[in-house]
Amino acid sequence: MANPNGIGASVRRREDQRFLTGRGNYTDDFKRLNMTHAVHVRSPYAHARIMGIDFTDALAMPGVVAVLTGADMEADKVGSLPCGWQIHSKDGSPMKEPPHYPLARDRVRYVGDAVAVVIAETREQARDAAEMVVVDYEEMPAVGSSTRAIAGGAPLVHDDAPDNVCYDWHLGDKAAVDAAFANAAHVAKIDLVNQRLVPNAMEPRAAMGEYDQSTGEYTLTTTSQNPHVTRLLMGAFVLGIPEHKLRVVAPDVGGGFGSKIFHYGEEAVVTWAARKVGRPVKWTADRSESFLTDAHGRDHVSHAELAMDADGNFLALRVSTLANLGAYLSTFAPSIPTYLYATLLAGQYKTPAIYAEVKAVFTNTSPVDAYRGAGRPEACYLIERLVDVAAGVMGMDKTEIRRRNFVPKEAMPYQTPVALQYDTGDFAKNLDIALPLVDYPGFQQRRAESKARGKLRGIGFATYIEACGIAPSNVAGALGARAGLYECAEVRFHPTGSVTVFTGSHSHGQGHETTFAQIVADRFGIPIENVEIVHGDTNKIPFGMGTYGSRSLAVGGSALVKAMDKVERKAKKIAAHMLEAAETDIEVKEGRFTVAGTDKSLGIGDIALQAYVPHNFPLDELEPGLDEQAFYDPKNFTYPNGCHVCEVEIDPDTGVTTIVSFAAVDDFGNVINPLIVEGQVHGGLVQGIGQALYENCVYDEESGQLVTGSYMDYCMPRADDVPSFTVRYHEDQPCTHNPLGVKGCGEAGTIGAAAAVMNAVVDALSEYGVTHMDMPATPEKVWRTIRDAAPAPAMAAE
Amino acid sequence: MSCTVSMTVNGKTVSREVEERTLLVAFLREHLGLTGTHVGCDTSQCGACVVHVDGRSVKSCTTLAVQANGTEVTTIEGLAAADGTLHPMQAAFREHHGLQCGFCTPGMVMSAVDLVRDNPNPTEAEIREGLEGNICRCTGYHNIVKAVKAGAEAMSGAQPAPVAAE
Repeated sequence: MANPNGIGASVRRREDQRFLTGRGNYTDDFKRLNMTHAVHVRSPYAHARIMGIDFTDALAMPGVVAVLTGADMEADKVGSLPCGWQIHSKDGSPMKEPPHYPLARDRVRYVGDAVAVVIAETREQARDAAEMVVVDYEEMPAVGSSTRAIAGGAPLVHDDAPDNVCYDWHLGDKAAVDAAFANAAHVAKIDLVNQRLVPNAMEPRAAMGEYDQSTGEYTLTTTSQNPHVTRLLMGAFVLGIPEHKLRVVAPDVGGGFGSKIFHYGEEAVVTWAARKVGRPVKWTADRSESFLTDAHGRDHVSHAELAMDADGNFLALRVSTLANLGAYLSTFAPSIPTYLYATLLAGQYKTPAIYAEVKAVFTNTSPVDAYRGAGRPEACYLIERLVDVAAGVMGMDKTEIRRRNFVPKEAMPYQTPVALQYDTGDFAKNLDIALPLVDYPGFQQRRAESKARGKLRGIGFATYIEACGIAPSNVAGALGARAGLYECAEVRFHPTGSVTVFTGSHSHGQGHETTFAQIVADRFGIPIENVEIVHGDTNKIPFGMGTYGSRSLAVGGSALVKAMDKVERKAKKIAAHMLEAAETDIEVKEGRFTVAGTDKSLGIGDIALQAYVPHNFPLDELEPGLDEQAFYDPKNFTYPNGCHVCEVEIDPDTGVTTIVSFAAVDDFGNVINPLIVEGQVHGGLVQGIGQALYENCVYDEESGQLVTGSYMDYCMPRADDVPSFTVRYHEDQPCTHNPLGVKGCGEAGTIGAAAAVMNAVVDALSEYGVTHMDMPATPEKVWRTIRDAAPAPAMAAE
Repeated sequence: MSCTVSMTVNGKTVSREVEERTLLVAFLREHLGLTGTHVGCDTSQCGACVVHVDGRSVKSCTTLAVQANGTEVTTIEGLAAADGTLHPMQAAFREHHGLQCGFCTPGMVMSAVDLVRDNPNPTEAEIREGLEGNICRCTGYHNIVKAVKAGAEAMSGAQPAPVAAE
């Protein structure tokens, strides 16, 4: 490696200095002169009519500046929060798309729905006053779950969405699947729930609005993964502010995991209110508000069937899923249980025919949208649980049935029956690397040793593939996306040779300030210290679609490469002029521009200086400056894939599951910074393990009350709940259609882990006749399952 | 109703007139502008707000500022040496990639420093148990555990004297 801080080096993160010394700048850290504080008044009911709001007493409280309601917003013609993706039902009709106002107007539809905002001098004063706002609610019957939503006679969340259905969609060839099932030798079936989760980024959402009366400009500082998207949605659809008068800044953001992609009502409220009260307005959620109002994830109820021939070859897959979208459509909600889920149902297998139906419904719960993995963990979990059941049906080894059905590396590029075309992947290789890591042959002995200690041991495999690098705009558009999903980068060389990169990607933990700088340092052979990465400010960066779907490197990094290509082309012209050579004779290597066959050369630093001091440029051929911008729109998705293996031990007396070992083998294509990639995998794994063993967002089915509204009730994985991991990756299958050959690593851990853990848990319980358990496998659930099962022979003998 | 609260924060004596109900974390963030200490929850579960009060880790979101009256408080801003040299635990978190978004980090580092004070040579299991009061959503704890182990070794190797002197 030429550059010690270039591509492939585990460069220590440059952003860490400020985070480790308490100098990060998160949204709630900002203070402005005359700043006020906003606290929202939220519905305690899941479903109610607002008969009136009396805030006379609240207004009289100390420090209160204003109390604003949905009626004020309506008077100011504030619009509905838009949805960015349109799905059509089987019958061709568009999805139901009811309005979603930042402050509810006549009806509240989930606990936490905002009805008013109190603005005061201090946060405490605003909070005190919010408690004095009297809202006259007429409670209505509520729908707290998706199954209740479609039960006959269920209350309607939206009057114009009959049976609470948003859309009833399908994908695949039903006739081919039916035919395959008719001829199948064996069929494996499963019913499963992919439970609702709360993303729980550690930084609660926050937003600060400012309005400059002298210029008419608004500034929103917010906890966003994609500030330009928020500017577009809020400016164009909600508040009617043109882009050139609206700046959106997403400074340091304390984790997102999807939940900070979406445009939320509070952002519009503080921006609008800043002008109303003539002062900056800041709102910061407390954790309870985060539980109530952050968009949640997952919440599927599914039935699936797998048809096989006599040898265990997969013939067809049939899936039916009921997806809960919550009370309103969040920004990308409709796309998650459809194009990010059903399109991945082929998994790593060459199943020739697949048919999926997805019915998405409204309920009186918080909106549900993308959460780390977003649709792909749901697909992986369903496939991999079903494959384990199939192995049981066939009496086959769980690795053997997988290996037999893998899409072989030689079949790449591979067109699945559910729309995607995988570019690369060597699934057998992932498994081959994983098996020795976990000493698979020694498992039966370990199981016997556990049993001798009165414990149950299980091993679980999960293979996954995901569609990342979201997304080719032409494909996304054809599937209902209302925007393109390209990325933008600008590379600005300064006169003395340092570089500022402006990227539309946004880092909220991923380390772009380091990895993107590595790419630039590598390309131009310059010290990494000379490269600055700027992100998260619509006034600085030309445009951006932000960070989600493991897209930053694959799409944002590719835009960066494209901009560097342009810089290099321009630099080559300048070098040719200065070296008095033909442009075609200039050879470029790591920022050195040499006349071929000579020792005449210039470094990129010299060229940058000349670009800004162009005393003798032929101005009709060569313009001054060295500052280039590029937009990159991917040609295809990228397809990270891997194999995760989990081994658990269960104490049948307590039901406690302990993860004994966990190995993850991944193919992310080329890797820029191994240290950061491994860190992304670790974090993803624990979110997957959290879903498998601990986390569960529970609403009361009838009242729609959130039962798990705090860290006292919602079990977050902690340091002593999880093990250290064995993480491996290989770079043998780089992505073939982006310049860096990268696939993305942000979500992989979460996608594979839940299935691997649950397959291990079910394996451990198999001697009790258990073939499936819904997540999370809490001690209570495991203990009850064991108690209710027929005693296992060996245990009974004890 | 307000009252006067005085304490030493990061070696500097401070005194402010605050509402009696003011939490220590609000005192640090809002009144002193020390925004390195974070608020991640409202039930004392997440540990993003951990600071040292008279050398021991305390969740500043459930401590009143008046309770810290007359104490010595150290926040994440006061952990590095005056010349900017990182504390060994801070340096270990950087070296082992023990942080991603950085939001839980100040509390995590302050808890880790106190953990090592009690147990200068902790095992992995002891580190995991000792950090049970701090939630991280990004790292999966794997690299935090490595960092704390390395930080503990560096602390015992680098500065035995100050610990003994306390």
